[in-house]
Amino acid sequence: MSQSKNTPPRTTPRFSATFDQFTISEIQRAAATGIYDIRGAGTKRKLPHFDDLLFLGASISRYPLEGYRERCDTEVVLGTRFAKKPIRLKTPVTIAGMSFGALSAQAKEALGRGASAVGTSTTTGDGGMTPEERGHSSILVYQYLPSRYGMNPDDLRRADAIEVVVGQGAKPGGGGMLLGQKISPRVAKMRDLPEGIDQRSACRHPDWTGPDDLEIKIEEIREITNWEKPIYVKVGASRPYYDVSLAVKAGADVIVLDGMQGGTAATQEVFIEHVGLPILSAIRSAVQALQDLDMHRKVQLIVSGGIRSGADMAKALALGADAVAIGTAALIALGDQSPDLAEEYAKLGTVPGAYDDWQEGRDPAGITTQDPELAARLDPILGGRRIANYLSVMTMEAQAIARACGKSHLHNLEPEDMVSLTLEAAAMTRIPLAGTEWYPGKTGF
Amino acid sequence: MSVALSNHQAIDLRETTIRKLNATLQSEDATGTWLVSHPEGRHSIAVGLTAPIDVTIDGQAGYYAGGMNQHANLVIKGNAGPGVAENMMSGAVRVEGNASMAAGATAHGGLLVIKGDAGARCGISMKGVNIVVRGSVGHMSAFMAQSGNLVVCGDAGDALGDSLYEARIFVRGTVKSLGADCEEKEMTAEDLQLLQRLLKEAGITEYSPESFRRYGSARRLYNFHVDNAAAY
Repeated sequence: MSQSKNTPPRTTPRFSATFDQFTISEIQRAAATGIYDIRGAGTKRKLPHFDDLLFLGASISRYPLEGYRERCDTEVVLGTRFAKKPIRLKTPVTIAGMSFGALSAQAKEALGRGASAVGTSTTTGDGGMTPEERGHSSILVYQYLPSRYGMNPDDLRRADAIEVVVGQGAKPGGGGMLLGQKISPRVAKMRDLPEGIDQRSACRHPDWTGPDDLEIKIEEIREITNWEKPIYVKVGASRPYYDVSLAVKAGADVIVLDGMQGGTAATQEVFIEHVGLPILSAIRSAVQALQDLDMHRKVQLIVSGGIRSGADMAKALALGADAVAIGTAALIALGDQSPDLAEEYAKLGTVPGAYDDWQEGRDPAGITTQDPELAARLDPILGGRRIANYLSVMTMEAQAIARACGKSHLHNLEPEDMVSLTLEAAAMTRIPLAGTEWYPGKTGF
Repeated sequence: MSVALSNHQAIDLRETTIRKLNATLQSEDATGTWLVSHPEGRHSIAVGLTAPIDVTIDGQAGYYAGGMNQHANLVIKGNAGPGVAENMMSGAVRVEGNASMAAGATAHGGLLVIKGDAGARCGISMKGVNIVVRGSVGHMSAFMAQSGNLVVCGDAGDALGDSLYEARIFVRGTVKSLGADCEEKEMTAEDLQLLQRLLKEAGITEYSPESFRRYGSARRLYNFHVDNAAAY
């Protein structure tokens, strides 16, 4: 008799859903190193997102606009509440704050070139304003962060708008982090830090706490800048109704709401994946807060965190946002995750589409690095063209949807143009489930 | 309203708004000496100045007096609220009374003198400023201080110099406790010379540099290491 006849049948190897392969590798990594994992980018878990909404389009009850003949305007004006010089964007998609330090100078220049080419803004980050960035950005938003690295009144006055950063979606409640590999001599000088240290920037502002102080702080910034610049307040999505209400009370012209899909240069994996809200769940509450204060469209709302396309943009606007911001998507447009770099990603232990060790500064695309040789791989002019192309496509996609819904301006999109595909999305957005008039929490049936 | 007097220009904050005060002092035409009367705790007095003018604030100032100062010399003849001289770049701010929390926060340059005491977080995240406090400072002073010098003629509260970088701290009195990664350093001849100069610039002549102790970064937390996790 053969051996096989004596061996009882065995089940195939079965992997645990709870202890999946990534979880096992993380436990093994933690046990070997004794320190949490740090990485870049935003959350990677599956979350309710804009894909869970659909537009209805026009039919007998609504009539559409001609796709190539009738106007669908896209301009948005930000900072109309108090600023003497509001900013005017030709399209309601902007580049989110990313620092020189996290990104190479070439990448920052490319973002500025691309944004300027389509008439929108780009944003500094935790590290101050570089001359290249100012020079190549026709509309530049200057971030006012807890660290105040490189902060000075001359740059404040050179900016077109000022964004007081309270938090970001990838890490609401967390401070900045830039590991030593990326603290090059120039980055160190701009931040007034020793070269090569692991920079841990503060999570709270050093000279104000709470909304009453923030009101005084905003007034001080306005006094220093002659009340000219729009003042944004950026928050990570965590308690959007209350945060938006308090930011309005503190005197913000514009509120930036960043969901947990928003990227970071370097943060603990556990923080990225377990703190904050998906952006889909935060927009309706933020808009509600503005409406309750009679401030919707008077204080503008910029939404970010996982915006990828004109469809995402149109859905965010239809939920009540005035504009969207992109970060991760802009880096991909520049060349991040390119399949052309597969061999080099393999040397870093990863594959195109999964590269997230932005904190290491070894980015083969030359974007998230301070290594001069790697950074030189990114041509800022070509990169700028790619960004401009991508922003144009997003705008055209959003216009295509808006026209199909019969809207002559992107801002005329409204919740009633959409349905939810899932119960979760219906509950989060208060947009009825497709085929019904109902969303969780709605009464009166 | 601004009234030209014999040798200084006067602005009365009972009659003038903060906006008009700052617009006047920030004007490219602003020169000479200014007296701001009846400040009465208003916020953002004399912020964002850029010219080497002399401004005296005759009373109590609220939040952020002298914020982001460049080149101007300010004297506050009273107490100052939170964030006095925050992010100052150059020039000088002298507080004749006490200062609230976060005095000189993130300031990059210039001289901040506090003749009384300073509250919590004096010199937080300072980036090159010189701060001289004739009295004592509260807890967490020089937290994450990057560069510059903090001189305390009195005592320092808890967690002095927590997580500081390359700033130097000099304390004449007692230190309730040192923060993470802050340690006492040897007082060098260069330190003594620096201290002598700062005390002189602050108008403090009764204390000798030798009566101070020097504190700075142990630089143990400059790079992450698992064995230091408990220190954060």
